Amino acid sequence: MLTAYTVLDGYDLGVGSLSLWIARNDEERRMALNSIGPVWNGNEVWLVAAGGMLVVSFPRVYAVAFSGFYLAFMLVLWLLVLRGVSIELRSQIGNPLWRELWDAGFWVGSVLLALLLGVALGNIVRGLPIGIDGYFKGTFAQMLNPYALLTGILTVVVLAWHGTNYLRVKTEGALFARAVRWSHRLWWIALVMVVVVTIATFMVLSGTPRTFHVYPAAWAVPLLILAGLVWGVLSRGAERSTSAFRSSALLIVALMLTAALTIFPDLLPSTVNPQYSLNIYNSASSPHALRVSLIANVFGMIAVIVYSTYVHRVFHGKVRLGEGHY
Amino acid sequence: MNEAVFAHRIQFAFTVMFHYLFPILTMGLGFFIALFSTLSLITKNKRYAEAASFWARIFAVNFALGVVTGIPLEFEFGTNWSRFSSFGGGVFGQTLPLEGVYAFFLESGFLGMFLAGEKRVGRTLHWISGLGVAGGSLLSGYFIVATNAWMQHPVGYVMDPMGRVQLKSFWAVLLNPYAIWQYAHTINGALLTAAFVIGGIGAFYLLSDRHREFGMLSVKTAVVAGVILSITQLFPTGDLNGASVVRYQPTKLAAMEGLFDTVQGAPLAIIGMPDTQTGKLIDPIYVPQFLSFLAYGNFQATVDGLNSYARELWPPVELTYYCYHIMVGLGTIFIAQMLIGLFLLWRRKLYSSRWFLWMLMLTIPFPFIANEAGWTVAEVGRQPWLVYGLMKTAAGTSANVAAGETIFTTMGFAGIYATLSILFLFLVARIIHRGPQEGAPVHA
Repeated sequence: MLTAYTVLDGYDLGVGSLSLWIARNDEERRMALNSIGPVWNGNEVWLVAAGGMLVVSFPRVYAVAFSGFYLAFMLVLWLLVLRGVSIELRSQIGNPLWRELWDAGFWVGSVLLALLLGVALGNIVRGLPIGIDGYFKGTFAQMLNPYALLTGILTVVVLAWHGTNYLRVKTEGALFARAVRWSHRLWWIALVMVVVVTIATFMVLSGTPRTFHVYPAAWAVPLLILAGLVWGVLSRGAERSTSAFRSSALLIVALMLTAALTIFPDLLPSTVNPQYSLNIYNSASSPHALRVSLIANVFGMIAVIVYSTYVHRVFHGKVRLGEGHY
Repeated sequence: MNEAVFAHRIQFAFTVMFHYLFPILTMGLGFFIALFSTLSLITKNKRYAEAASFWARIFAVNFALGVVTGIPLEFEFGTNWSRFSSFGGGVFGQTLPLEGVYAFFLESGFLGMFLAGEKRVGRTLHWISGLGVAGGSLLSGYFIVATNAWMQHPVGYVMDPMGRVQLKSFWAVLLNPYAIWQYAHTINGALLTAAFVIGGIGAFYLLSDRHREFGMLSVKTAVVAGVILSITQLFPTGDLNGASVVRYQPTKLAAMEGLFDTVQGAPLAIIGMPDTQTGKLIDPIYVPQFLSFLAYGNFQATVDGLNSYARELWPPVELTYYCYHIMVGLGTIFIAQMLIGLFLLWRRKLYSSRWFLWMLMLTIPFPFIANEAGWTVAEVGRQPWLVYGLMKTAAGTSANVAAGETIFTTMGFAGIYATLSILFLFLVARIIHRGPQEGAPVHA
């Protein structure tokens, strides 16, 4: 579910983090906003639903992560609010100053959210100072360690690339041309960051994660990262935008799954003592509870997927001003 | 009380009370939108279509604020109440994602289609999406109330060896007897609130002599629905919700009524000030033996007073007592006000009685106050328990989050919410100023 969230909200975060450069004037910015307008809210609900799933499936992980990252999560909340408000309020008044204010709000919210989510992921991969009582003993400043900052930057870059690919699909004219150019640049930066973070991960974890020794087949997943990047470079032609969007989606899925495999079977590894880590065995709800919530949610998820596909279909194709709201 | 516990409670109370202002209205308005939409389909009268789309626009703004202010609450279970999440997440968490997955998607998806308008999606689909908006918001409310009801009256669980609760029966949690009447009372309150808002804004149009037909339709709908709803708020929903309290939470009942001593044939206090020092109600006005009757249907029944329980098991008596009396007092006013409205409607003076229209307009905030007071009774009256009988509130907080951090972020929330309130009022004022229009774009 978190992966679905990253792929979906990922592109609207990406659009946000580049909107100031790619979309130069009011009209272009309106086009960029309208491209994500009908879907960003629905995309964000995946985050809420993923949070809910975490409560019921792994109550302890939810409790430890959320209280441990207290300030970071509060910051995430405020950024989500800032971003939502910026998107909705921009169109309310025509004054250029008003619009620039909310464009800036949209940008700040998008970049910082992507960065924070990436930093959080980096810290989880690296391991957290979890004590014997299963709670987190650390400070907000410790979260901003070099490795986590690197994963944070990787996240910003990859999501920005995903966002430009989305704009390539949804726009035309000068905006489209600039999106294509930025997509090429960001592909290079993404490549560099993937290499840097991969090396850093091996250094931080001092060796290959256990999962890859136990199940050699798991190597297929990190290879998908490579596949995503190669597919990306093959889709650089201006007419291959849909393909480019799919390649960045694949890259994100592959990165998320690789991170999950790296820490498997832990959910929150402890750096104090591996014994204190929260893993899928010691923090799951009872099998009965898991089964019930699985059944109850599967039908809902099917409905959601059908509905989201429908919305994406209804609004498919290039954005034209006049039809949109923003 | 420990400073950190207090800080967590203040933060949650503040964010939940601010959030609750929005769903009260969306849950009620959803029903009226579906009603107008149905009437428009049956009668082909354009007035109803106009009303449905006008209220859908107000709904949309409200809904957005409800979502934005609701996300922090889900987070706070983990950030502020981590020991509670760890202890009970496997059970109370069952209903939370369902709200997101079923209700929220239903609500937002259909709202989008409804706002897109009849021309874009076709008449039948438009009507169905109106029903979907109402259904989604009502369903959403149920999942939340069921989650809360588990904390009021935990059911369907077993204790595991580690001292955590594990789910035993999903259906018991979903169909908690406490949830049923708590939900009925809450939804009835939401519908009544929507009726007041519809009537108040309609009255505004009549008083300022704009959109007269729309105003008349709104005021009439509000009065007719309001008479029914203000009475059903008291009986049966309020009465039966009270019966759950009698059965499952005797300390809350005693605090609500300011009853200190256990007596046979307990009187009902209409007015009075509870004094926890002396254990007496100061300057009371009583209806003799009536509390026993309301609680047990028998004038001679014995009702347990607060003194039958250890002092550390008392909820904050004054707060519970006053909020309860504010709620009941306002409820009584609502019944009287709506009956006057019905009388004026019958005498064909409803649209010309300016004093009544003024009253209708100025009482818009009252049902919100009554709802908040009622919710406070439910939550404060449950103290000192977080999960009634199972976990104390002080044991459920995040032990590793300092009071200072919580106070700091509470101030942050206060600032953000103040800004949001201003933006909300600005947006709603714009919609009201534009007035109902046929085929108007949603975000012009």
